[in-house]
Amino acid sequence: METPEQNVAADSQLTETAKPPLPKTTTEPQVQPEQYAAARESVFDVENVSIYYSAFRAVTDVSLTVHENEITAFIGPSGCGKTTVLRTLNRMNDLVAGARVEGDVRYRGASLYGKDVSPIAVRRRIGMVFQKPNPFPKSIYDNVAYGPRINGEHNKGKLNEIVERSLHQAALWDEVKDRLGKSGLSLSGGQAQRLCIARTLAVEPDVVLMDEPCSALDPIATGAIEDLMKEIKSRYTIVIVTHNMQQATRVSDRTAFFSVLRNEKSDTRTGVLVEYGPTEKIFHDPSDPRTEAYVTGQMG
Amino acid sequence: MAAITEPQLGPNLEEPAGWRRTKNRMATVLMVVSFILVIIPLVFVLYTVVAKGIKIISWSFLTSGPIPPNVAPADVGGIGPAVLGTIEIVALATAMAVPLGVLGAIYLNEYGGKGVLARLIGFFSDVMTGVPSIVMGLFIFSIWVLHFQFSGFAGALALGCLMLPVVIRSTDEMLKLVPNPLREGSYALGASKARVTVTVVLPAAIGGIVSGALLAIARAAGETAPLLFTILTVTTANPNPFSGPNTSLPSQIFANATSPYVGAQDRAWGTALTLIVIAFVLMITARIITARFSRFSR
Repeated sequence: METPEQNVAADSQLTETAKPPLPKTTTEPQVQPEQYAAARESVFDVENVSIYYSAFRAVTDVSLTVHENEITAFIGPSGCGKTTVLRTLNRMNDLVAGARVEGDVRYRGASLYGKDVSPIAVRRRIGMVFQKPNPFPKSIYDNVAYGPRINGEHNKGKLNEIVERSLHQAALWDEVKDRLGKSGLSLSGGQAQRLCIARTLAVEPDVVLMDEPCSALDPIATGAIEDLMKEIKSRYTIVIVTHNMQQATRVSDRTAFFSVLRNEKSDTRTGVLVEYGPTEKIFHDPSDPRTEAYVTGQMG
Repeated sequence: MAAITEPQLGPNLEEPAGWRRTKNRMATVLMVVSFILVIIPLVFVLYTVVAKGIKIISWSFLTSGPIPPNVAPADVGGIGPAVLGTIEIVALATAMAVPLGVLGAIYLNEYGGKGVLARLIGFFSDVMTGVPSIVMGLFIFSIWVLHFQFSGFAGALALGCLMLPVVIRSTDEMLKLVPNPLREGSYALGASKARVTVTVVLPAAIGGIVSGALLAIARAAGETAPLLFTILTVTTANPNPFSGPNTSLPSQIFANATSPYVGAQDRAWGTALTLIVIAFVLMITARIITARFSRFSR
């Protein structure tokens, strides 16, 4: 648990400001922002988290630590709460009526669910890419420039620079550079998903959450997005939910395996975190028999 | 099975005769008949109005005033005051009802959620849609005209009350069609609710909102009953909608068509055609605007 002063200092970083400064460490106030990355490794500390939708407990007892500049994969069967946990990390669950989080979710030391924390400030740092590509019905350019614009960037030159850089990072620039004025909905599925990634990267988030980003895509588009993830992980921390175990082994550094607990009395299902560790270990030397059954294909 | 008995090669791909085919043909015939039944009154109304109205319409008919007395023949004077009055009244009603209705629908759909207030507003707005227009006229008559005076503004209040629930309902339907993932995409970039609404939801729905509003305007422009008690229907032009009695196209049709004089009745046909053309132009505008705004959604 944190001391009250830590809480105040940490929370103040996530309350809404026009241009939020980089979060500073709460224990070593002298540390400069550029040294900060080396000084601290964990991005998310999730402790004993349970998530409820009204009275229904969707996920329970999740504790894990997400590390900086790594790709963390959440795997598990349908209904095990992977997506629910992912959406807790940038407070997207706030948008669901009746959703409630118990336990402690800390982002770089600051409690994400603290009293004065603004979900808007949280989401500016922790971006999200969704399962189905959801480009806005605007031009390709306006799609990418959307985030910077709502954060107050209106300088044309800077916006051009951001759009080009983000599209480059998302490996989409060469395909769309001649038709930036065309609708974002005119792109193919894989291109649209990379556009959504570019849109997320344009606000220069600290963390990118990805909710089954390749489930609607063919293998070639999937490969392009996996390469892109490996490419950008030196600058971002990535958490990805995937149904595809091969994908988890291909891209992730750490893997969390979730499973479903069935309550016989009320006939409800609750997700639990079974095992969390280096991807290599989860897939080749799991300590829990359920993980082993899942990764070897005997279940799920 | 059929393929075995038939001499031709390959399976029989014809629709087999029987109850299923009969049902299908009956349904087709029914639809064609219904279409013809729908089209008959429509064509008949349009044909009659155009045939009787076209000969009287001219620029001076549309602009000159005051409206001549009923005994005057059709080629004397025009309905300029009624055109002006309709423009004043409908513009005022639009300025009141459309922003309020759109904002109301945004509240219902984006902010109110499943709360008691939102459901109450939605319910009463639906009830208001069913209120007869003459009742709306009486309502404004008793709360406004009795205390102040007959004026274009009073007419606009009555028409605004009629338009409001229509605008709320059509906007609400359009906002419901905006897919939730679009909202989430915007929230995930750190947008506030107001931003999401203004920069993503409204642009995605604007085509439908505008065409819904234009249909409500066209509807209101043709209303007669609520104006009977509110503007008094005079024959002279009144450029000030806030003071003094006014006139409008539909109430002019009513006044002229119920008179026994041939000139007045011809004027009524001409006025009716004018009104239909206005409605037609608004519909076309609605189509163009919808297409223009949805160019990014395809």
